[in-house]
Amino acid sequence: MLEIRGLRAAAGEKEILKGIDLTVKAGEVHAIMGPNGSGKSTLAQVLAGHPAYEVTDGTVTLEGQDLLDMEPEVRAQAGVFMAFQYPVEIPGVTNAYFLRAAYNEMRKARGQEELDPIDFLDVLEQKLELVEWGPEIMQRAVNSGFSGGEKKRNEIMQMAVLEPKLAILDETDSGLDIDALRIVANGVNALRKPENATIIVTHYQRLLNYIIPDFVHVLVDGQIVKSGGKELAHELEAKGYEWLTGVPEGATA
Amino acid sequence: MTDSVESLVNREYKWGFVTEIESDAVPKGLSEEVIRTISAKKGEPGFMLDWRLKAYRGWLKMREPHWPNVSYPPIDYQSIIYYSAPKTTTPLGSLDEADPKLIEAYQKLGIPLTEQKILAGVAVDAIFDSVSVGTSYKKQLGAMGIIFCSFSEAVQEHPELVQKYLGSVVPQSDNFFAALNSAVFTDGSFVYVPKGVRCPMDLSTYFRINAQNTGQFERTLIIADEGAWVSYLEGCTAPKRDENQLHAAVVELVALPGATIKYSTVQNWYAGDEEGRGGIYNFVTKRGKALENAKISWTQVETGSAITWKYPSVILQGDNSVGEFYSVAVVNGRQQADTGTKMIHTGKNTRSTIVSKGISAGRGNNSYRGLVKVLPKASGARNYTQCDSMLIGNRCGAHTFPYIDVQNPTASVEHEASTSKIGEDQIFYCKQRGLNTENAISMIVNGFCKEVFKELPMEFAVEAQKLLGISLEGSVG
Repeated sequence: MLEIRGLRAAAGEKEILKGIDLTVKAGEVHAIMGPNGSGKSTLAQVLAGHPAYEVTDGTVTLEGQDLLDMEPEVRAQAGVFMAFQYPVEIPGVTNAYFLRAAYNEMRKARGQEELDPIDFLDVLEQKLELVEWGPEIMQRAVNSGFSGGEKKRNEIMQMAVLEPKLAILDETDSGLDIDALRIVANGVNALRKPENATIIVTHYQRLLNYIIPDFVHVLVDGQIVKSGGKELAHELEAKGYEWLTGVPEGATA
Repeated sequence: MTDSVESLVNREYKWGFVTEIESDAVPKGLSEEVIRTISAKKGEPGFMLDWRLKAYRGWLKMREPHWPNVSYPPIDYQSIIYYSAPKTTTPLGSLDEADPKLIEAYQKLGIPLTEQKILAGVAVDAIFDSVSVGTSYKKQLGAMGIIFCSFSEAVQEHPELVQKYLGSVVPQSDNFFAALNSAVFTDGSFVYVPKGVRCPMDLSTYFRINAQNTGQFERTLIIADEGAWVSYLEGCTAPKRDENQLHAAVVELVALPGATIKYSTVQNWYAGDEEGRGGIYNFVTKRGKALENAKISWTQVETGSAITWKYPSVILQGDNSVGEFYSVAVVNGRQQADTGTKMIHTGKNTRSTIVSKGISAGRGNNSYRGLVKVLPKASGARNYTQCDSMLIGNRCGAHTFPYIDVQNPTASVEHEASTSKIGEDQIFYCKQRGLNTENAISMIVNGFCKEVFKELPMEFAVEAQKLLGISLEGSVG
């Protein structure tokens, strides 16, 4: 589904990704782990098309299409979803309105008719169950005044509604208490399907106790230095990143 | 997104067409002679001519105000045509008799003169250049004693009401532009809602400036008698022209004890091109007087005009009266706006609320100017002001000039203000969810304005949201 070849990217003068190769097939869950400053979040942002980063080399294709050539909204319409590490607040715009606008963009891109607010309510109702929320939340403004946990839950809610082909979770576990973590993980697991793929970017192994990855990759200084199965995550948890970086964590970057 | 928040090209002004209609105009320039001609053409009673002449003589001694935070070349008041009316041979009895070209122009504007709209409950009085073209739905309103007609007609049919209330809120000598309007105004709308009557539909006027070199000086007078209730909507457009056109209107609202007047405006006069050529100078005086337990609420969405200078105000004269001002003002291109309100508390326990949302994009310059004045007798007066500015790009400006004058120690006045810049992170977030940049901005800005839009009647709110999207198109790349 996703093919990343020799990907290099920079923020201003500073090169952050220094040649990434990664293949993600439909039905797979990949975890990208690594110490702070290793480029994990940058990789997520570059895949989503964040304007702060410039791709200097390499290719990325989604189902054979050149992803790097697409505007961020076209990538989204093609099925790329990123759960933000820091979800953005949009005061005055209700979740229901925002989600329906996004949902209808996806439908338009697929040549389907837009849903009116009434029909869309049915879509929302189903998905709200997944994140254990009542319908009131949909009348609140997007992330406005939400707690950190609520914001992350809202990202999963959006993901559930938009049903992406490729979901990228950027540090979704950070700042979550154990209950929120469980809800978020349940949501992600429920959305796992043979035709979708998920990339989980995380610093800690914790989330991976709930969402079992098929592959784990360790990113250090902009390169994948080690790949393995789910047991690699446990190894990292036990040994820390120092084992792979040669530098005690906190001393880098 | 590469050039970040700037660039893209402005969408064309959709309402910029010109209608070819023969018009009956007086020669350029202003003199007592011209005023006498206007008054005579309209067959006005003597008191109106005297009133106009008094205004004109006062105006001659006044000077154009230059305190607003706007700049423009000097206006030559002698090169303006002060009266222009579409030529017709007989007075219009119904819309069917109106010039088809006129009706076509209104259809292009999407004006609700059609049967469907009437069924939807909108009664419309349309002002084309300076003359009222047709007032729909008059009969049903008439049965309830509601008078809704053109100003000219009111002068003929209800001179006692006109004489009693004209100038009672905005006197002829109020300010330079109000004096000019008082001297030369040619038409406008008149509403009278009798005691205890709740007007069953929104009353609506559509203003349009068509002829070249014409100033539009309309005058609106709304009187809500004791305990009456009325909601009035006003929309405005003008053709695209390279010259600037002057629009100096006066609106007077009289809310007698226990009455409510809700006045909503969507102003979309031609704003000029990106270089600032052409566009309307919108210099307007709007004021209401609220007696005991009365309420006056202004809601305005100002997206058009090259320059906007207006401060819809409320004199809270009666005890327990309420004044509200909800405003969205958008400037893009080279537009300039200096707008806000005045809340003058003279009665006891009077309350006022001001919510102002200013949006600046392109090279636009947006100023909020507001006065909250509490006079010595207004014990227990309260005001809450919230004034938010949003900047799009880095070549625009937002300014706030709040004046607070409290002369009673029991009054409470609150002022909150914020300025924010539309963020790349907000736009990226929306894009990641599949929305393009323009839809993202439109959504973010509409969210920012929500508190004001919720005050607008439903139909108008939808229109306002669309308009906002269009006026900001091209503000971000």
